[in-house]
Amino acid sequence: MNLDIRYPIGYLFLVVGAILVAYGLASDPAIYARHSLGLNINLWWGAIQVAFGAVMVALARRAASKRAGRD
Amino acid sequence: MQSVIHFGRIDYLIVCIYFAFVLGIGWVLRRAMKGSGDFLLSAHSIPGWVAGLAFLSANLGAQEVMGMGAQGAKYGIMTSHFYWIGAIPAMVFLGVFMMPFYYGSKARSVPEYLKLRFDEKTRGFNAVSFAVMTIFSSGISMYAMAKLMGLLLGWSFEGSIAISALIVLVYIFLGGLTSAIYNEVLQFFMIVFGFAPLVFLGLRDVGGWSGLKAKLADVAVSQHFAPGAWSEAWSHIGSPSQNPMGVEWFGLVMGLGFVLSFGYWCTDFLVVQRALAANSMTAARRTPLIAAVPKMLLPFLVILPGMIAIVLTYQASKGATGGFALPPKNGAYDYDLVVPYMLGHYFPTGMLGLGMTALMASFMSGMAGNVTAFNTVWTYDIYQSYFAREKPDSHYLLVARLATVFGIALSIATAYLAAAYNNIMDVLQLVFAFVNAPLFATFLLGMFWKRATGHGAFWGLVLGTATAALHHGITQPMGATSLVMGGWLGTIAHVYPSSMAQNFWTAIFAWSVCFGATVAISLATRSQKTDEQLRGLVWSMTPHRDSEEAALPAWKRVAPFGALVVALALLLNLVFW
Repeated sequence: MNLDIRYPIGYLFLVVGAILVAYGLASDPAIYARHSLGLNINLWWGAIQVAFGAVMVALARRAASKRAGRD
Repeated sequence: MQSVIHFGRIDYLIVCIYFAFVLGIGWVLRRAMKGSGDFLLSAHSIPGWVAGLAFLSANLGAQEVMGMGAQGAKYGIMTSHFYWIGAIPAMVFLGVFMMPFYYGSKARSVPEYLKLRFDEKTRGFNAVSFAVMTIFSSGISMYAMAKLMGLLLGWSFEGSIAISALIVLVYIFLGGLTSAIYNEVLQFFMIVFGFAPLVFLGLRDVGGWSGLKAKLADVAVSQHFAPGAWSEAWSHIGSPSQNPMGVEWFGLVMGLGFVLSFGYWCTDFLVVQRALAANSMTAARRTPLIAAVPKMLLPFLVILPGMIAIVLTYQASKGATGGFALPPKNGAYDYDLVVPYMLGHYFPTGMLGLGMTALMASFMSGMAGNVTAFNTVWTYDIYQSYFAREKPDSHYLLVARLATVFGIALSIATAYLAAAYNNIMDVLQLVFAFVNAPLFATFLLGMFWKRATGHGAFWGLVLGTATAALHHGITQPMGATSLVMGGWLGTIAHVYPSSMAQNFWTAIFAWSVCFGATVAISLATRSQKTDEQLRGLVWSMTPHRDSEEAALPAWKRVAPFGALVVALALLLNLVFW
């Protein structure tokens, strides 16, 4: 197998999370009052996704360097 | 068409990024596809946790997600029986007891196991019915997605079909089963990240679990049930009239918890294929156990939104304004739209894109799962067995790739058929239910009773299927409006309190007849297999010392893991009793 699935998962959530954080900072607070009980859900849930993505990529890197160390 | 949900530019961006990743995975994997084993079996190279999440995800299609939301609204927490009793025990049984035979026999598919254990006709019966069923399911997924996207986002039917078919085609054509498995894992995380905030916001809106429980009591009382009928899973199951599902405990435990659940999780190649792709016997056995842990928590993600929705809808019917309410349909509510409507209600642009992408992802992986299972059964169990036996492997790789193309083409045809004739689809679904109902009896006897013969297995299956059809033909659920619901033989021997109860009992009868007939016919016929041929296929003919497993510390072994999973599921049942 030549692809560690944690890379695509990690990068996907890094990218999508970052977009949501940026949009959360730029968007009109009125949309949150209308939909998500006043909570800026894009901002904080985007941030959690960025953190999750970073952990996934870090795990994949660690596994790759371990494999390289063994060879 | 007027769209229901307002989809912004950011939302479209998120959808496109997801599709780019999906296609990218296929593109990266294309070079690893050197033989038919790489393409159809992932060359037995998938780590346990990846296979486990794919095992879970392959079953987590969008119809499942939306259906569970709908049932959460209609039946409340009792819906979680489909998980806590209707899935977990069977998944543990598969991992602990059955996987050694599937994986150890080196069978490339479930029908091939039947060929090794029994005979050609039993395999043929299973392979052909399974292949037709996968195409049908994949087409239904495509149809449901196109219909939903048309309703919610105003996309054209043709456009939705074309895009979903093309994306699934490309990533499977390039990366085969591995591509499908990877995308299923990706989809699992999309569902978690797309739905968790929905549950969080919904619960906050109704005052947490205690607030939800109190308000569900109003809903239950308004429909003349006990106050706890929507929030307690077992307390109202003594008789069908006490709960909105209209089932009683014996039908539920035996019909759903035993026959239907074991029949699906332990014999359906769509899910078993994920475990067979694992990189070792231990990983294969752990696959369903790893899947069982998130599986038992899924009700909180997919059923709770429905329960929250029914509370909000009830409040709106009592005059509350500005909140959420389900769209009406035929004097009741359109429960099937619970999930997408909740997404549209609680998610602003941005998160809405993520939530809808999660839904689209599960539609597509529902299709892809069926297409990959079809490819394998078509190539190995039908083409290689009946059309071209001794060809070089490159020939079968080509056949498998072509199967992807015509499998998807047939799915598209099915989707259009579904759009034109809704009734045909209902009838087909019914026929598949008849075929599936008795299956587990055949596998149970095959794996654990050496004396079971090919004739016994085949005729047991045929008689079990016929029993299911017959039982359905002479019974009806209360208030049946069409013959698809039962009673098409003209005489009604019994009226069930609900169609769910009827389904459970159809399965119980079919299973029992298949079991009895297989035993009787096996005893009357001579086994065609020698003891040597049955080694690794039947419990009593298989050495039980697994050296790979014995090298592990006790807490890492399969059986203690399985026991832990069962204990956790039991605990959940008790908490929500």
